[in-house]
Amino acid sequence: MQQFLDISQISKTFHTDSGSFEALRNVDLKIAEGEFVSLIGHSGCGKSTVLNLVAGLLEVTTGGVILEGKEIDEPGPDRAVVFQNHALMPWLSVYDNVGLAVKTVFKNQKSKQEMHDWIMHNLELVNMTHASNKMPHEISGGMKQRVGIARALSMQPKVLLMDEPFGALDALTRAQLQDSTMDIHRELGNTVIMITHDVDEAVLLSDRIVMMTNGPAASIGQIVDVNLPRPRDRLQLAENAQFNHCRRLVLDFLYAAHSRPDVVGLDEDTPADIDDKTNVVSTDASEAA
Amino acid sequence: MIALGLTQVKSAGRQVPRLLAKGIIPALGLSMFLLFWHIVAGSINTSLGQFPGPAQVWTQSQNLYAEHLEQREKAERFYERQEKRNADKLAKNPDAVIKHRDYTGKPTFLDQIITSLYTVMFGFLLASLLAIPLGIACGLSDRVYEAVNPIIQLFKPVSPLAWLPLVTMVVSAVYVSEDPLFEKSFLNSAFTVALCCIWPTVINTTVGVSGIDKDLVNVGRVIKLAPFTNVTKIVLPSSIPMIFTGLRLSLATGWMVLIAAEMLAQNPGLGKFIWDEFQNGSSNSLSRIMVAVITIGFIGFLLDRAMLLIQRRVSWDKQAVLR
Repeated sequence: MQQFLDISQISKTFHTDSGSFEALRNVDLKIAEGEFVSLIGHSGCGKSTVLNLVAGLLEVTTGGVILEGKEIDEPGPDRAVVFQNHALMPWLSVYDNVGLAVKTVFKNQKSKQEMHDWIMHNLELVNMTHASNKMPHEISGGMKQRVGIARALSMQPKVLLMDEPFGALDALTRAQLQDSTMDIHRELGNTVIMITHDVDEAVLLSDRIVMMTNGPAASIGQIVDVNLPRPRDRLQLAENAQFNHCRRLVLDFLYAAHSRPDVVGLDEDTPADIDDKTNVVSTDASEAA
Repeated sequence: MIALGLTQVKSAGRQVPRLLAKGIIPALGLSMFLLFWHIVAGSINTSLGQFPGPAQVWTQSQNLYAEHLEQREKAERFYERQEKRNADKLAKNPDAVIKHRDYTGKPTFLDQIITSLYTVMFGFLLASLLAIPLGIACGLSDRVYEAVNPIIQLFKPVSPLAWLPLVTMVVSAVYVSEDPLFEKSFLNSAFTVALCCIWPTVINTTVGVSGIDKDLVNVGRVIKLAPFTNVTKIVLPSSIPMIFTGLRLSLATGWMVLIAAEMLAQNPGLGKFIWDEFQNGSSNSLSRIMVAVITIGFIGFLLDRAMLLIQRRVSWDKQAVLR
């Protein structure tokens, strides 16, 4: 069966003046429509490179990223990106920041009124309509990130790519935005790839957590399925055995296994393949219980 | 109550240094300079008499203004006479051919200021119209930058005065017209100014454009902004501070170069005024030159302030402290 998004055996080597650097080797991941996937790993392991390759902001060295049967060779609004530092134009108001995207992406497709309604609709999704005329420097970091998410959603992307979207926020704001993200994902059912450093965040939000080995030549080390029912509530999950089991698996990978990748039974030269059952850790409720 | 009174006294005490810094200290510096000037001037004797002190310069600046008013009055009387003569002619013979002549008096100090300002603005605008697009192209594309950079590096250190003879010859050869829109001397000065105004703007615009936040550039790529919209919506707004840094450097050097070019080529303007006074060699000449020197400095300062005002107008970042 054709996959919705097929990250197929991609490698990325950067060529610089001081020599070449192999960032990724044979990363292979298949993502179903509507799935929420987190990429987790230590700094410099190439998570962002994977995201940028899917976004088309970087070009793959070998392999390919295939979205709905079409290979990706350039950036486009069907793969909207939420940047870590919001990346709002400081000279445009909240409304105009979303508006710039809407007016560019839906040029000649929507009327003026439709565009206005669509901008306001997306600001409403992130609860930012009250600040639509504010400038980015007038609103808090969390609000800026909400606008960044609204802008990405307004492009009606097939895949939403989030590059450590909540990394720069304080814990309380982060929790609020995580809840908002879950609500939006439930409502719109979009496919999401999110990079994170935060284990709790990964478990709370994701359907699958993809853990990456350390670079250079980073690859997928292990994948954890999170079979928790949605909607998820962070307070209830704190006591949930399966939640803690998933959490444990990720922590084990990051803090016990990552320094010696061979412990996981993974030779760095062997491509990680999700079809290879030995690498997929099932966390069905029955097993956890 | 007592505590409240104390804090009031304290805050009042803090107000005084701020006032000092704002007004009194610059005034003090200025008056010390005037005193120093007065003392030093008194001890320098030149072949044109004593070096002018502040008092003589002040007198001459008033004289220059009076001469300007006098010239204006003369011009007015000239036109009055001409009109009367023409009216008389027409009364005698309705078919008479009437001639209108311009008043050809010596340009006054104020006329020369206007000429210089007009010339520098023309050259500066011409250079900016070339330099900003070129700088944007260099900032956006490494290839363009690599192609243009050697040329910039080669011509940037050249004093524009070295170009002056070439500009003069080219203008007189190429700009041939029955009814010229501009004086040739004006074009010579303006092009010389333009030649030195290009480089700072090109370089600073390039730096500004190539230093745009990578994420903002990526936003433009993700939403697939057309190249022109990309420039107007992302490139220009974010590089405005650097563009203005370049423009202000350009205008400042352009103003300096213009005075030198006017002196060298005898083109109308403040430079010519200085040169004429120097050649004139009267006992007032040095004072009058000194008036011109101070005027040039003051106008240069005003031009920079004007650029700052424009930048504040154009820039999205109203919080930025502009210096």
